Amino acid sequence: MKATVTVELKPSVLDPQGKAIQHSLTSLGFSGVEDVRVGKLFRITLADGGQTRENFEKQLRQMCERLLANTVVENFSYTIE
Amino acid sequence: MKFGIVILPGSNCDHDAMHVAKDVLGADAEFLWHKETDLKGSDCVIIPGGFAYGDYLRAGALAKFAPIMEPIRKHAATGGLVLGICNGFQVLTEVGLLPGALMRNEHLRFISRDVFLRTEETDTAYTSELQKGQVLRTPIAHGEGNYFADDSTLDDLERNRQVIFRYCDEEGRVTKASNPNGSSRNIAGICNRTRNVLGLMPHPERCSEPILGNADGLAIFKSIALAAVSR
Repeated sequence: MKATVTVELKPSVLDPQGKAIQHSLTSLGFSGVEDVRVGKLFRITLADGGQTRENFEKQLRQMCERLLANTVVENFSYTIE
Repeated sequence: MKFGIVILPGSNCDHDAMHVAKDVLGADAEFLWHKETDLKGSDCVIIPGGFAYGDYLRAGALAKFAPIMEPIRKHAATGGLVLGICNGFQVLTEVGLLPGALMRNEHLRFISRDVFLRTEETDTAYTSELQKGQVLRTPIAHGEGNYFADDSTLDDLERNRQVIFRYCDEEGRVTKASNPNGSSRNIAGICNRTRNVLGLMPHPERCSEPILGNADGLAIFKSIALAAVSR
């Protein structure tokens, strides 16, 4: 099983890196770029065998809460395939 | 009294802290390797500056799983002193011993220069040798020192007088211009609710002897030594 985890800054948290990229895009001539937010993407592959989807999802949530995201400033989401 | 100075893979201010503790202050001090599970009788544990685990994922994020963190958590829970400097402050927020998070500097640049700090509270083990309002000149060297917490956490910090140092100008005025990295409410250092854990972004261990041209940081280490003896 594979999962894709996305970690992003909460909407209430300023993202100066995103702002800098937005300005760069504008100065490159891409007009109308209203906002850019930078996040992180993790592709997690689970070894085959035995694992139920339900259990994997439970584990993923723990991975996000304990390590992949800092929930003080970041939100996470994931999809399983 | 005894200092325990943690060495995480990527710590780079460990020897500076050791030098101040042992040679400048004349205290007992020992390094604590990250794989150890014993604080060797340390009264005050220092998590020094650097780039623990290469700052991979987020600054401080991987350090929370180092074996040495478990005894540090217990030490803190029983009132023991824990001081996190720079990367050590980032580690303490990731571990959950201090609230909030340290984000990328507002203007995205790594900043290495002297700043001024205003001493906000003196009733901690780290600031008893300072005067309320006393201004310290200390170096900062970080890319992620922008202190962030939501408004209710910030209000809690203020209400409980947990903000210990704020960035200010030379006269002690807390202004937007004197905030080097965009930190909420100019916060440079905070303590926990029970006032035994302190984290700060500036480097007092780099300004603790006159030969370096600045000994403003020494009062912090002197305060710790006094507190540890009386504990």
